Amino acid sequence: MIKKILVSVIFFFSHGFVFAQSNAEEIAKYRQMIADGNPSELYEAAGEELWKKSAGPKNATLEQCNLGLGPGVVQGAFAQLPRYFSDTKRVQDVESRLMTCMETLQGIASQDVIKESFGKGLRKDIEALTAYVVTASKGAKVQVLAAHPQEKKMFDLGKKIFNYQGGPMDFSCASCHAEDGKRIRMQDLPNLTLAKGAVEGWGSWPAYRVSSGEFWTMQRRLNDCFRQQRLPEPIYGSEGTIALSMYMAKTAHGGVIQTPGLKR
Amino acid sequence: MKSQYWRLAFGFITSLVVYSASAQRVDPEVQKILGQSFQAKGIAGLDRLVQDENQALCSDEKLRSSKAGLAKQAQLQKVALAAIKPPSDGVYVGDWKSGERIAQSGRGSTWSDAANATNGGSCYNCHQIDKKEISHGNIGPPLIAYGKTRGYSEEITKYTWNRINNSKAYNACSNMPRFGHFQLLTEQQIKDVLALLLDPQSPVNQ
Repeated sequence: MIKKILVSVIFFFSHGFVFAQSNAEEIAKYRQMIADGNPSELYEAAGEELWKKSAGPKNATLEQCNLGLGPGVVQGAFAQLPRYFSDTKRVQDVESRLMTCMETLQGIASQDVIKESFGKGLRKDIEALTAYVVTASKGAKVQVLAAHPQEKKMFDLGKKIFNYQGGPMDFSCASCHAEDGKRIRMQDLPNLTLAKGAVEGWGSWPAYRVSSGEFWTMQRRLNDCFRQQRLPEPIYGSEGTIALSMYMAKTAHGGVIQTPGLKR
Repeated sequence: MKSQYWRLAFGFITSLVVYSASAQRVDPEVQKILGQSFQAKGIAGLDRLVQDENQALCSDEKLRSSKAGLAKQAQLQKVALAAIKPPSDGVYVGDWKSGERIAQSGRGSTWSDAANATNGGSCYNCHQIDKKEISHGNIGPPLIAYGKTRGYSEEITKYTWNRINNSKAYNACSNMPRFGHFQLLTEQQIKDVLALLLDPQSPVNQ
């Protein structure tokens, strides 16, 4: 009993100290304040509408889209992504899988989404659909074990890309995300190499970003990380980006999904 | 067109780089996927994915801490240190006020920056420097009272000059960018950042 109390006291102080050093507490308060009204709900509602609306050359809905749990199953589907799909013979994340469904069911070419910019046209539709799909896994646990050989391969590849240094500043993902308790300016950086940090990172994106007033998917989050690394632009839905997601998701396995999150 | 060119050239260039860097073995599968997964944008071309020896070594978690890797690190540090040029006019200490502005700025070199945009040093992103600035990162060590605690000797001045120019001359796998080596900062900018740390009048040393 005494040991238990002692442990909680130590826990409280050690974590209180960390919070006092950063703005995590303030952000937590802010999140609580608008937890009942996260603006990503607007994207989610738009996504649900797009899911059920006939569109494209084939004038079909996305209701038969198989996200890994069978045609039309949205509930809990995001929790088991990325995963290997036998029809495309690829490991896919939620966004690349939604592109596949658009292409096969509606006849909309994936290239038309890939060449678009974030927040515009068909890309914006995929973002809204992503909001709809991920919200249906809120509170679920990440179920990504990478048991399939192709998934394991993507995990290993993702880990290598995570550590890959390049560009004029020598940055890799690991430069900022491989140690506990690190910050850039006041921004806390999750340690994505361990379960706790991976859940914080993987489990809270996509998110609504208050600073830019936009809904950001993981693809967009990664895109801006690479911009800040001074590297060239990752192609939307490319193997490299999916590999990184596989690395994060498997490391986060078992953690609770908080997405859509809310970020500064 | 340019992007297509780089995509084709990418594999070839990396194999040449890898070939010349005997100790490193860059995974060809990783190279292939990276070449297919990125596109040039603005000033950020695919050539930025081509690693030099230092980047290749430090990207390999196992190799870098192995006996051979540590020996390679020592060798790279030696080469890096020898390549650092002292200031052309022999003056190391610039203007700390300008240095503070450079330390504050995290701008430059991204695909959304213009080719002629002035780079900042991004110093506060990772270091505590002037204690009045509370919005500082902690990836690098705190530098408050840098000169006051270390002294203003010639030795410390030269060491600091070298550190800003190429931190990897002292720790091959340091997280700090090589500001002189990659010409991220001009000689004058490096003098000014050095002044922020080593001018006795700088707020850092008050």
